[in-house]
Amino acid sequence: MTVLTTLLRPGRTRTLAAFGLAAVLLLLAPLVLSPFRLDLLAKFLCLAMVAVGIGLAWGRGGLLTLGQGVYFGLGAYLMAMHLKLADAGPGGVPDFMLLYGTGQVPGWWEPLRSPVSAILLILVVPAALAALLGWAVFTRRVRGAYFAILSQALAAAFAILLIGQQQTTGGTNGLNGFRAFFGYDLADPVNKQMLYLIAAAVLLLMVAIVRQLTVSRFGELLVAVRDQEDRVRFLGYDPAAVKVVAYVVAAVMAAVGGALFVPIAGIVSPADVGVVPSIGFLIGVAIGGRATLLGPVLGSIAVSWAQTSISEQFPSGWIYFQGALFILVIAFLPGGLASVAGKLRRRAPEGSPA
Amino acid sequence: MDIIAQLFAGLSLGSVLLLAALGLSLTFGQMGVINMAHGEFMMAGAYTAFVIQGVVGDAGVSLLLALPLGFVVGGLLGLLLEATLIHRMYRRPLDTLLVTWGVALVLQQVARDVFGAPNVDVRAPAWLSGAVEIGGLALPRTRLFILALAIVCVVALALALRATPLGRRIRAVVQNRDLAEASGISSRATDRVTFFIGSGLAGIAGVTLTLLGSVGPTLGTNYIVDAFLVVVAGGIGQIKGTVIAAMALGLMQAFFEYSTTASVAKVLVFVAIVAFLQLRPQGLVSVRTRSLA
Repeated sequence: MTVLTTLLRPGRTRTLAAFGLAAVLLLLAPLVLSPFRLDLLAKFLCLAMVAVGIGLAWGRGGLLTLGQGVYFGLGAYLMAMHLKLADAGPGGVPDFMLLYGTGQVPGWWEPLRSPVSAILLILVVPAALAALLGWAVFTRRVRGAYFAILSQALAAAFAILLIGQQQTTGGTNGLNGFRAFFGYDLADPVNKQMLYLIAAAVLLLMVAIVRQLTVSRFGELLVAVRDQEDRVRFLGYDPAAVKVVAYVVAAVMAAVGGALFVPIAGIVSPADVGVVPSIGFLIGVAIGGRATLLGPVLGSIAVSWAQTSISEQFPSGWIYFQGALFILVIAFLPGGLASVAGKLRRRAPEGSPA
Repeated sequence: MDIIAQLFAGLSLGSVLLLAALGLSLTFGQMGVINMAHGEFMMAGAYTAFVIQGVVGDAGVSLLLALPLGFVVGGLLGLLLEATLIHRMYRRPLDTLLVTWGVALVLQQVARDVFGAPNVDVRAPAWLSGAVEIGGLALPRTRLFILALAIVCVVALALALRATPLGRRIRAVVQNRDLAEASGISSRATDRVTFFIGSGLAGIAGVTLTLLGSVGPTLGTNYIVDAFLVVVAGGIGQIKGTVIAAMALGLMQAFFEYSTTASVAKVLVFVAIVAFLQLRPQGLVSVRTRSLA
């Protein structure tokens, strides 16, 4: 009974209703969408996971991270390496290594043979990198634009490194041609549907986690750090720790998105992780409303969908459209579409006679 | 001899970075505006050189024409950007970054639609072909030319900032905007001129890049990240820091590349910069203020 009353407290009902509606819609999608469209939607959901993390780090914490592609890519590549090894069988060598490499699996690939350690590494490696970089940068009070530039340079360096190490990373081609996902045949439509449902469930879980984080003390601190970092410090808190946590959470979410993206899309390449895609993640978040809960998810899915449908018809049109979105949304609608409703509501009483 | 060859390669790369970063350090360092379209202004300068060569024909004359015209083209693009978008956003520096990224995307696509996606080539003049032999070491003339041009640009900018009335106004606005306005300086006009010069320098950088390789729509993107790193490592507000940081980055890249590979060298340079910011979070040269930021 008490659980029910807490759940139905005003303010929570709307969040819960939105969350429930989203869950129902996601569950119904496989019934109405063609397998091709469902596959696309699953891909968009994986990209939306990155957006959820960015919403937390950038929208709530003010950390403009231009390098989420790195964490997305780490998750994706680790998963791809595991799938490649699993396809090759025990002791086998992935096909592309026979083509470009020495024909031997390098030592640092070996931990990814076991599914358990692969999943563990997908979570731990990005978290460790984000914690290390975040700690190094935030404790020295490198912030704002400086952090943005460093995160972007990280993305550039990561993509260049992947391209340069063709023998062990597949180079520009990336890794592709996976046959099975933890033993489930990827050619089977039923398993494709299962992957979609996994992605949907993970995304909902992430939204729930971010929701809990934002209503917690941590969430209050994060917003406080964004708005007045020095005051937070004077109150005796450590802003660097708060930022590192937000950055690590965002990184892990991006990595999980990347890891699920690989079996669904069937490929990951440096083109998915460099400077350009890393910034591309931000526009969906900005359109939806960077500091809102569902805004980043909806915005990201909408942008992915627009990208697919516009590029299908006008190949060069998408770039103009994306550029225009960045200019118009950020310059003239910094709160995203979520702020439009609020603005209209505030304007309405003025127009109506008192 | 190898070390000297690497030294020259590093200084040469450093001078290219310096040309790319000089304008950035002016607009980012002094006005707090992060202009991601800076790389595309470089691209515009490079295509200016291409167009002029198509009109003039002679490689030498067209290069000498392209340098000032590239400056003007870059500067005008910058002026347009400042007047339409950036001046609305001086209070939101991080958002400026994203808006100018949008501008960069559009400019790239415009270049792709106008000049075509494949790269185009600009011929280097005959007096820049070949190399100068010094002590058994062949130094390409183009590289020496770029090094000299970088020095000229730095000296010219330093003189302009230090000794001209315009430079005094720019420095005044940078140091204390309100006080400068109270003294009768139009900060709007000063901002515009600063932006014109900074973007114009990008145009010059673009023209020189045509001597090193072919010209494509993504020419600027290849340099912009490194140029920003130079500004971050060099610190805000003084040309000195930018010069030292550009040369240091160029040398590091050259020496790391020599002992490892180009891609590993990039990663090592990045790690070195993060480590360096541990020692000096404000960059190499920083103007001391009492503010908390």
